[in-house]
Amino acid sequence: MDVEEKRRISLVVNGRKIEREVSPRKHLGDFLREDLRLTGTHLGCEHGVCGSCTVIADGVLVRSCLMLAIQADGMVLRTVEGLAEPDGTLHPIQEAFHEKHGLQCGFCTPGMLTTLAAVIEENPSIDEAGIREAISGNICRCTGYETIVDAALSAAATMRQGA
Amino acid sequence: MGARYFGASVRRLEDPKLITGRGTYVDDISVAGMMHVAFVRSPHAHATINSIDASMAREMPGVHAVLAADDFEGKADKPMILPVPAPIIKQAKTQYPLARGSVHHVGDPVAVVVAETRALAEDAAAMVMVDYDPLPASVDLAHALDPGAPLAHADSPDNLIATLKGGFGDAAGIFAKAPHVFTERLELHRGGCHSMECRGVVVRPDPMGGRFEMWNSTQVPYMVRRYLAQYLGLEENAIRVAAPDVGGGFGPKAVVYAEEYAVSLAALHLGIPLKWIEDRREHFVATTQQRDQIWDLEVAADADGRLLAVRGTCLHDNGAYIPYGIVLAATAMAAFPGPYALESVDVTIHSIFTNMVPNTPVRGAARPNTCFVLERLVDLVAQKLGLDPAEVRRRSYVRPDQMPYTTGMKARDGSVVAYDSGDYQGCLDLAFAKYGADFRARQAAARAEGRYLGMGMASYVEDTGLAPFEGATIRVQPDGKIHLQTGAAAQGQGHKTVFAQIAADLLGVRFEDVTVEAADTAAFPLGIGTVASRVAVVGGSSVHMAATEVRTKAIKVGATLLEASESDLELEGGFVKVAGTDRKIGLGEIALKLNGLFGSPMMKGVEPGLAATSYFEARELTFANGSNICEVEVDVDTGAVKILRYVVAHDCGKLINPMLVDGQIRGGVVHGIGNALYERMIYDESGQPLTTNYGEYLLPLASEMPRIEIVHMESPSPRNPLGVKGAGEGGTIPAAAAVIAAVEDALAPFDVRIKRHPISPQDIVEMIDAGMPALAAE
Amino acid sequence: MKAPPFAYHDPRSVEELTGLLGTLENVRILAGGQSLMPMLNMRYSMPDHVVDINRIADLDYVRRVEGGLRIGAMTRQRTLERDPLVAQYAPVLVEALHWVGHVQTRSRGTFGGSLCHLDPASEQPCVAALFDATLHVAGARGERDVSIHDWVLGYMTPAIEPDEALVGITLRTWDGPHGYGFEEFARRHGDYAIVAAGALVALDGAGKISRAAISIAGVDVKPIRLTEAETMLTGGPADAGAIAAAAEVARGLECMSDAQISGDYRRRLATTLTRRALDKAVKRARG
Repeated sequence: MDVEEKRRISLVVNGRKIEREVSPRKHLGDFLREDLRLTGTHLGCEHGVCGSCTVIADGVLVRSCLMLAIQADGMVLRTVEGLAEPDGTLHPIQEAFHEKHGLQCGFCTPGMLTTLAAVIEENPSIDEAGIREAISGNICRCTGYETIVDAALSAAATMRQGA
Repeated sequence: MGARYFGASVRRLEDPKLITGRGTYVDDISVAGMMHVAFVRSPHAHATINSIDASMAREMPGVHAVLAADDFEGKADKPMILPVPAPIIKQAKTQYPLARGSVHHVGDPVAVVVAETRALAEDAAAMVMVDYDPLPASVDLAHALDPGAPLAHADSPDNLIATLKGGFGDAAGIFAKAPHVFTERLELHRGGCHSMECRGVVVRPDPMGGRFEMWNSTQVPYMVRRYLAQYLGLEENAIRVAAPDVGGGFGPKAVVYAEEYAVSLAALHLGIPLKWIEDRREHFVATTQQRDQIWDLEVAADADGRLLAVRGTCLHDNGAYIPYGIVLAATAMAAFPGPYALESVDVTIHSIFTNMVPNTPVRGAARPNTCFVLERLVDLVAQKLGLDPAEVRRRSYVRPDQMPYTTGMKARDGSVVAYDSGDYQGCLDLAFAKYGADFRARQAAARAEGRYLGMGMASYVEDTGLAPFEGATIRVQPDGKIHLQTGAAAQGQGHKTVFAQIAADLLGVRFEDVTVEAADTAAFPLGIGTVASRVAVVGGSSVHMAATEVRTKAIKVGATLLEASESDLELEGGFVKVAGTDRKIGLGEIALKLNGLFGSPMMKGVEPGLAATSYFEARELTFANGSNICEVEVDVDTGAVKILRYVVAHDCGKLINPMLVDGQIRGGVVHGIGNALYERMIYDESGQPLTTNYGEYLLPLASEMPRIEIVHMESPSPRNPLGVKGAGEGGTIPAAAAVIAAVEDALAPFDVRIKRHPISPQDIVEMIDAGMPALAAE
Repeated sequence: MKAPPFAYHDPRSVEELTGLLGTLENVRILAGGQSLMPMLNMRYSMPDHVVDINRIADLDYVRRVEGGLRIGAMTRQRTLERDPLVAQYAPVLVEALHWVGHVQTRSRGTFGGSLCHLDPASEQPCVAALFDATLHVAGARGERDVSIHDWVLGYMTPAIEPDEALVGITLRTWDGPHGYGFEEFARRHGDYAIVAAGALVALDGAGKISRAAISIAGVDVKPIRLTEAETMLTGGPADAGAIAAAAEVARGLECMSDAQISGDYRRRLATTLTRRALDKAVKRARG
């Protein structure tokens, strides 16, 4: 068997149906960035620790460097590019990051945003300890985390009101 | 003109694209025909290369080329340019773009593999057969200068790069007479910058030949252009270097690296665009690190515990090469006295080669080192004399009435170090006002319950606004919007926002109407770089100057067009207005006139364009300062340290955007906490790095980090038009010192004295166990 | 840091899986991928074949069975955290899972994957040992059972043949009310533990300890049951003195040592964490 033999996969990414041929060894993060040109998903360590590459797959958070693209066949994915509404209205967590200075260099930001969007959507009553635990798998070197936590608390409050 | 934006916590212009995944980092850039580079790197800390056989690798699928130093027809035969030469350097060893005959640290680049994808390039890199003869490695800093110690470079007489001596006053006399003299050996350990974006470059040779473009995740695009032009024998104009969105820098991205040389060489040699993105494992073995030092110090104090003098010696590990010359050692020297009015300093620093990753400044450069050792000495004096550590500091600080204060030390360029403004005792008082005065009572109550609380403090002074200059061009567009160009690169600090704030106020426009283009050699002719907390000071001042010039011109032209006196005019809402009337003309309209029209002569005495270019020349440093207080609880059964509170009193002069300054402080403090408690880059005795992933090398996480409580003092700098001082590193500089002091205070019942960082929980229980017999003997 | 090339297989049934395992050489089984994927990306693992078992339908379940709880090998940690049967019969597993990685890894990581990867500090084998688990292994010759106590042959080496796969785990959960505690020490939240300790305690009508189990991870290549301490506790009072004395047994453990963590420190942690886990278990047993 030719080890580089590609397989056809189909999936939905940010509401768009996608069909592509992928090589088995390509991880999902590379697939999103290279094949779909969705470069918002960042690769910070490629060994599953930094969290920059976090995306939402079938409703749950995953590290896209720790999944093969081929494993996403049939999945529904949400990336940072898919957090805002189609009309451009920002997700409350995006608004809150802007408001509370939740980002500096912006590199870890997509993983922070996807993580917090999913966590707060699941539990808008989440408290500071819960938020800190939720993003303990996302490394940020710029902010010291505090403004990210503040942004998340603010977004959670917004989402509680909206619910 | 009212300051509507300067001083306000406005939201950042940078954010909208970064929060929607539309940033453009170097790995997001693809150009037609681009191929991918992987490096073959040394697996040895020190070895001779006998041969490199790329024949198998060249036959691998998708491989376009494999290139070692000898494959460049003599173009890669020279060592890289030393950016900061100094006569004192005994052995000016810089790296080669690709190894020539020997390798000097694990990760030293040996060959480039060019292939259709990165994965294929990595497949082939594994098949490049390099025959090495391993050599003994210099990895023991404490003994690296001993006779017979293993050499980092086999052709060297010894491992000494340079010896710096610095100081002032009569140290011998003071120490001979001082009522109190204490000695201490203190050690600091190296860590990495760990920007979440690793390094990377895309190089596109011009199809016409002889020129190329480079997108580079760098803090210093102009230095990249300068040294590559020198090395490659090209005119600077033949190279465009642009820094796109950069995912953090923290110092090490201010180095022009072997990979930048090698990828440029390969792209020009092959005539195709190339991309190299550093992966995280490469970051651990190829991006510069910092902080390994061993200090043997003596401190003299008077009968009241006031610090009189410090003397001693430092062994400074500079790693395998000197990409930054002896800047770290010189920075340590210049910064040494910190906030203290010492009567004498006598310090010798030996900069030393080891077979580890080269050292260049990481956030704070050598200042966290000197702050740590000096603050440890202050705490030692307090402990030995039974004084409150805050009191020893108060008795020893430089006083506000002594400003400007000449410390006695010399800066890198030989100029005297003279503090411009600041109230160091006031800053410590401010920190304590925020922190409260009940700690000792709480500590005693906790100890009665078997809980160990500790509180530590640290103060610092940081030289900011480093010479020589930055510049800015401001141009009003015909639509009234402002285009601002500058050489100053950003890596997340929010420079665009800050520059727009400064310009918008002076030009009376909306801050959102200022677009900033930065860090592209094709957009602005000259720049220096983003290092040493200098951009708000130097770049910000240049924006102020350029905006002031545009403002003056707008008023001058406006006066003619509105037939009014210049003194009656003001800039507001995008218009030049006659104050108190509705007579006005838009800035865009003036710009359109000044941009000229076919056949229509220009106004007399007015140059084309509503624009100006200014450079701010920083001739004197400006000195920020601050005091931090840290409170911890130590679990003496496990050695776990929990930071309960962290208070920062910070003085960086006038605040342009308090929210952004606070962001710099918080991130900086957490970096320092990492240095104190988590980050440890371990090498074994053969020079193999043992911590090359994020499971082994621990960065601070949200789950353990405290809230950082910040209070500001504003002592304006008289040395720039904005009154500002740098804020990029002041969080990091004192943090490790404050954390370590707090842990030591918590462990006071066990007679523990902490002389190094980082410390792990295991270290803490071992120190407790070592302290216990002493306690039992009492 | 890109994975080496490999041939990819994604069987849909256990039969198909064991068939593949019987014919292929140099195979790695891809379960949740939270350990294997980094090893592939870093090229620490260079398999010719990767067999992805994520598409085998009937490996993801939690079922009440005779004598305990049977968990499918591909049951995600996230699923176990939220499973009502686990909460009812093995709440200590939920507590232990709280320490496992992060929200983004528990969503993929599997119980079976952890029991095959066998990091010495891993929480899930520790809990399996606490419950005297039985591991169900499928191969071309059919299914066989292995006790957790015989499962770890050496450092990160399970007692499984190259042509076999772990398909399920039965925890011998305790009937009747009992208390539980799981304590761990890691440098940061979500890191591999340095040492972890789990405890189960049942009390009799008089408040004495009628049954105790203690399992410690991170001191040896496999989780260690502190049977001597369990025996000491059984039939005795559930007081601080008894708990402390039982925990002291851990101070006699032979502990592994490496470049960063000494055996002495592991012993100290084992003692402290055992005491804390027992303390918690007793408090919960009292209700």
